[in-house]
Amino acid sequence: MKMYLSNLFTNPDMQEKYLDIFTSSFLPLVKGALYYTIPLTLITFAIGIVLAVITALMRLSNVKFFRGVARAYVSIIRGTPLLVQLFIIFFGLPSLGVTISPFYSAIIGFSLNMGAYNSEIIRAAILSIPKGQWEASESIGMTTAQALKRVILPQATRVSIPPLSNSFISLIKDTSLASTITYTEMFRKSQEIAAQNYEFLLVYSEAALIYWMICVALSFVQDRVENRMERYVAK
Amino acid sequence: MIKVNQLNKYFGDLHVLKDIDMNVNRGEVVVVIGPSGSGKTTLLRSLNILETPESGEITIGERSLDFSRPQKKKQLVEFRKQTGMVFQNHNLFPHLTAVQNVMEGPVTVQKTPKTEAKKKAADILNKVGLGDKLDVYPHQLSGGQQQRVGIARALATGVEVILFDEPTSALDPELVADVLDVMKELAEEGMTMVVVTHEMKFAEEVADRVIFMDQGTIVEEGTPDEVFHSTKEPRTQQFLQRIGQ
Repeated sequence: MKMYLSNLFTNPDMQEKYLDIFTSSFLPLVKGALYYTIPLTLITFAIGIVLAVITALMRLSNVKFFRGVARAYVSIIRGTPLLVQLFIIFFGLPSLGVTISPFYSAIIGFSLNMGAYNSEIIRAAILSIPKGQWEASESIGMTTAQALKRVILPQATRVSIPPLSNSFISLIKDTSLASTITYTEMFRKSQEIAAQNYEFLLVYSEAALIYWMICVALSFVQDRVENRMERYVAK
Repeated sequence: MIKVNQLNKYFGDLHVLKDIDMNVNRGEVVVVIGPSGSGKTTLLRSLNILETPESGEITIGERSLDFSRPQKKKQLVEFRKQTGMVFQNHNLFPHLTAVQNVMEGPVTVQKTPKTEAKKKAADILNKVGLGDKLDVYPHQLSGGQQQRVGIARALATGVEVILFDEPTSALDPELVADVLDVMKELAEEGMTMVVVTHEMKFAEEVADRVIFMDQGTIVEEGTPDEVFHSTKEPRTQQFLQRIGQ
């Protein structure tokens, strides 16, 4: 470690070499993020939200069967490791004759995960809307579906933005697990680069830096969205 | 207009409405008074099916509901459309502006085109004295203004009956008058109104009939003069004394 650091600070040749590796890896890593990590995140988050809303509504429904199915789904997904789920989908299902590409395996695995976790966020957000809002909607003649769509969900959305942002940020980082099922997103790209030049510390740190930059940018977007949603809330 | 027949409602073991019979004629203003826990709010909420009674029958306009039989959700929704409700805490939609609150019923439920609904909503808000607050969110309004938007929202769907659940109880005293004035005006225009309130002065001035409820029953009813000045029942007398009437 001493060697590494002293080289880094004093040896101009080494400095140039590190800088070289850093700059030459930067573009492939950013490409990995732009072409693979970010699309995978966006697609799975979108599918996950749809699944989550459906699951949340099932859990809140009067029909026992729906409640049971939703509860079982959430329990199984939350009770087992994401990595194990990905392995079952990608390495396990072929034994049943179902072979799914790394990309679609990742989409399925992450979407199921997002759906389960986010359904709890959305359920809590719906429950946090005062009963009077339902009553006011019904009193002007709305059906339950209309009340949900026009009154409850718009307000629940505002409540759920902070926790959903949290889960979005977790998802971005969790997509690195897709590397284990041979999907070449940013982290797998960094593994490939490091395997060639043996500069593990440098290359992995670089990958970490890019993840961090994406998350910082997202936090900024989150603040903007939250501010916009707060416009109708008394300060 | 409204006919209530042998209505019973329980909350668990608590019998909150006991064989209630009540009639409200078209254009009549009926004020329901009584101590807290007397069942007056529950009765009002039952008229809008925000509470589902266990037995009895309610007829409003052309439609009847018999609560001893299971009700289809769709029937309840249709039944509800005949009445508007004004809540104690207004229950305005906080994510919508004043005019959007008022338009919401016509647009979503009655499928009125937006421009038409907006124009009509603006007219109604104008009528309740809020013509300059159309694009303001509820939290930017005073309690009295919020409640007047609530009244406008209830009016917007063109209902023939409006139910008021203690519309001024949550308001600062100086804001009460504005809301009562709007209600008075509605009464003069011939709107059928059932009002649960503690505003005895309003009851005396505006009501055609006053109903006194206690412990889930209608104890006494009559013109304001009869109920307030030639009170028959001791329980009514006691109540009126306690509130200083």
